[in-house]
Amino acid sequence: MKLSVWTYEGPPHVGAMRVATGMTGLHYVLHAPQGDTYADLLFTMIERRNHRPPVTYTTFQARDLGADTADLFRTACEDAVARFDPQAIIVGASCTAELIQDDPGGMAASMGFDIPVIPLELPSYQRKENFGADETFYQIVRALAAPVERTARVTCNILGPTGLGFRHRDDVAEITSLLADMGIEVNVTAPLGASPADIVRMGAAHFNVLLYPETGEAAARHCEKTFGQPYTKTTPIGVGATRDFVAEVLKLAPDAQRPSEAGLRLPWYSESVDSTYLTGKRVFLFGDATHVIAMARVARDEMGFEVAGMGCYNREFARALRKAAKEYGVEPLITDDYLDVERAIEEAAPEMILGTQMERHIGKRLGIPCAVISAPVHVQDYPARYSPIMGFEGANVLFDTLVHPLVMGLEEHLLHMFRDDFEFHDEAGPSHHGGKAVARSEDTAPQAPAPTDAVVWLEAAERELKKIPFFVRPKARRNTEAFAAERGVSEIGVDTLYEAKAHYAR
Amino acid sequence: MTQLPPPPALGCGAAPVLKERGQREVFCGLTGIIWLHRKMQDAFFLVVGSRTCAHLLQSAAGVMIFAEPRFATAILEETDLAGMADAQDELDREVGRLLERRPDIRQLFLVGSCPSEVIKLDLGKAAERLTRVHAPHVRVLNYSGSGIETTFTEGEDACLASMVPVLPRNEARQLLLIGALPDVVEDQALGLLSQMGIDGIRTLPARRADDIPSIGPNTVYALTQPFLGETHAELTRRGARHIPAPLPFGEEGTTAWLSAIAREFGVDRDTFDAVTEAPRARARKAVARATETLQGKRIFFFPDSQLEIPLARFLTRECGMDAVEVGTPYIHRDIVGPDLDLLPAGPTISEGQDVDRQLDRARTARADLTVCGLGLANPLEAEGLTTKWAIELVFTPVHFYEQAGDLAELFARPIRRKEKLKLKEVAE
Repeated sequence: MKLSVWTYEGPPHVGAMRVATGMTGLHYVLHAPQGDTYADLLFTMIERRNHRPPVTYTTFQARDLGADTADLFRTACEDAVARFDPQAIIVGASCTAELIQDDPGGMAASMGFDIPVIPLELPSYQRKENFGADETFYQIVRALAAPVERTARVTCNILGPTGLGFRHRDDVAEITSLLADMGIEVNVTAPLGASPADIVRMGAAHFNVLLYPETGEAAARHCEKTFGQPYTKTTPIGVGATRDFVAEVLKLAPDAQRPSEAGLRLPWYSESVDSTYLTGKRVFLFGDATHVIAMARVARDEMGFEVAGMGCYNREFARALRKAAKEYGVEPLITDDYLDVERAIEEAAPEMILGTQMERHIGKRLGIPCAVISAPVHVQDYPARYSPIMGFEGANVLFDTLVHPLVMGLEEHLLHMFRDDFEFHDEAGPSHHGGKAVARSEDTAPQAPAPTDAVVWLEAAERELKKIPFFVRPKARRNTEAFAAERGVSEIGVDTLYEAKAHYAR
Repeated sequence: MTQLPPPPALGCGAAPVLKERGQREVFCGLTGIIWLHRKMQDAFFLVVGSRTCAHLLQSAAGVMIFAEPRFATAILEETDLAGMADAQDELDREVGRLLERRPDIRQLFLVGSCPSEVIKLDLGKAAERLTRVHAPHVRVLNYSGSGIETTFTEGEDACLASMVPVLPRNEARQLLLIGALPDVVEDQALGLLSQMGIDGIRTLPARRADDIPSIGPNTVYALTQPFLGETHAELTRRGARHIPAPLPFGEEGTTAWLSAIAREFGVDRDTFDAVTEAPRARARKAVARATETLQGKRIFFFPDSQLEIPLARFLTRECGMDAVEVGTPYIHRDIVGPDLDLLPAGPTISEGQDVDRQLDRARTARADLTVCGLGLANPLEAEGLTTKWAIELVFTPVHFYEQAGDLAELFARPIRRKEKLKLKEVAE
């Protein structure tokens, strides 16, 4: 048993739901107890879908257990096929149904439907949501995709976007238009928006664009093996990665042309002087491995931040993340326990966090600005406006996303200049964020200094520290303590504070 | 006694009930933990279940997850499914670690789930054993909030029912109020009753372990929620007596509920009127505002929380609505009988669900307002129906006089919003 309050991923059948809900003309018959329909509202509320997910739950209860749950499953299957008339069905069990061993796959296969029946084996007690999506998509492709003639013109498939995916809707639009700009048409995008009939003709494409390895890699490998379709390895998040992605596509389709960068604004925004203050800001990244690795590059090479820590919650991609962490010279964090993440963030004391919904809350608790870069996310991260994070417009979106939580450059400068100003002081908070301007508290009572192992802050030093703007204060505190510890100083006074400042001056 | 409007010539008390079985779009009882842990300030709810259970709680708890909530899931792993003996050891270890980390916890509920019930993990035995280990500081109880046994609010019922057998015995004449209410609402109810001279009232659940009520043959109790059938049976088993009444929703329901208790305690009519007159007038006035919107509108209830029958009674009698269908997961006649008798004849009363067939009925009826869960609300809105999502009725203060206007407003707002939005017009 493992005690858990928050889980980064749902169970694997929720991954299967993400595939089914992303598709059209496919129905999922899920053997599950009453109550598992809660997952519907992830799609209807958080993603704001205007249809019920195409999932039929058997919703068995205790009184059915003694009787025939298998019969219940058969009836649910028949009703679903009769009512929804799908082109194909996927069938499987949720965690509880896995325990009662009814074999939904075997039963559905023997029912004599005249549509494909695709059984799913999703081990609920070992694997999680992303695996569920990846495996489900793979099984659908394996069952339906047939060898077909290549299209006359160069086309590709886009693999991996699903229902409930973080920015999948707009990433697909952005990459589709980027490919169109290169003269490459998209044959099939799947699972998102595809029907079983579309899956059948996936083999017609010349190559595959794998947008989300977490949910599309197994299918991409299968297509490579079965249809000889190579797939792209670069995730086009950020300017550099998008250019690398273009280069990779040009290798696969030599007759294509370079896309226009006319709308790309991140490079100039990042070079402009207001961005100078971003230099060396320490960021901590956590999320799914693909987004974290891609965003680390954006943070370091395109925003000028310093990567202070990185980690992912999906073990399947631990190796890739470890490799990346080595490159950035940080300790990799592979965990699905948010308390570990919180500890690591506290230890790294970054100036900004790039993470999931959970890190947003951790940031709130620790008073550190945060931008969301990876699922799981809440309703506000399924925005109405066009917000890709891939491709060139995605890069523009990322610049705004990463700058917004921070104080603006000029404002930061003013806070330094007028730090004791009666209206313009750090307790008032940044001017462009929500919240009420707070009058400066005249209370000079010393706050309990943060307990550290060996170092004590004297009251005067603590007061002096409070005069330093809030966004550099944690760094000043940490540097001063490190400086004192190095020199065996056990009490920090004002002098120590300024000696440390001089020592660390950049 | 105070004058109430006469019951309708024909209520729904004897109406035939459409009993349906099939697929159900409902929450399981684990969801009750979300509001129960806010009410019981020194209780911790430990679900023994799968990742699905943790995911459900997370989805239902929204942002509460991040305020150091007093609930968690012990997620079963492969090894726990293999052999029974070590599952108990695992549980002991996790509980030990939990209580060490949270010394403020006085009551611990081991909450059963579908997976733990199916593998027949004996949480009752575990609770007894852990109580011995952690006494006197912590008391460990057990109930099941699994979907195979409980629907949504029945989780609260199962939780309270698990507490009744271990309540201390007490011979005194006393009143208990049963059901978890927001503190502000509970205080209003206690205030009104104490103004009538009824004092020493205790509540279940209590806010803290130290305030747990006692019970005996001279105890009478009133239910503030319709879904407490199991708790009601356990209280009766301990010799306490139920005061039947309509549930305290709206001005009429609150007055009828209070007057049933007043009658039990021999409160004279002048006192009752003096205490209730001003809040009754306030409630009527507040409800009247929403009634402008609700008058003559047709309403359809999908089953969710068992609040549907009392709410339909309030909306039809006090707000002038017409009920088309009132669906509820389960009908406890002992509890909602008085509400059924007051509900004007006409609507289909349905118990249980076959969701696709019920959706067909809702589409045919095209009511002005459809009350349903979050999985159905947006899809029905997209079909042009106006919906009110039901879970809010459980999380929002809606009982008694001061909330009567807010309760009516919850139903009026979606209709008013539909009238306000100008999104369908095309420029000429």
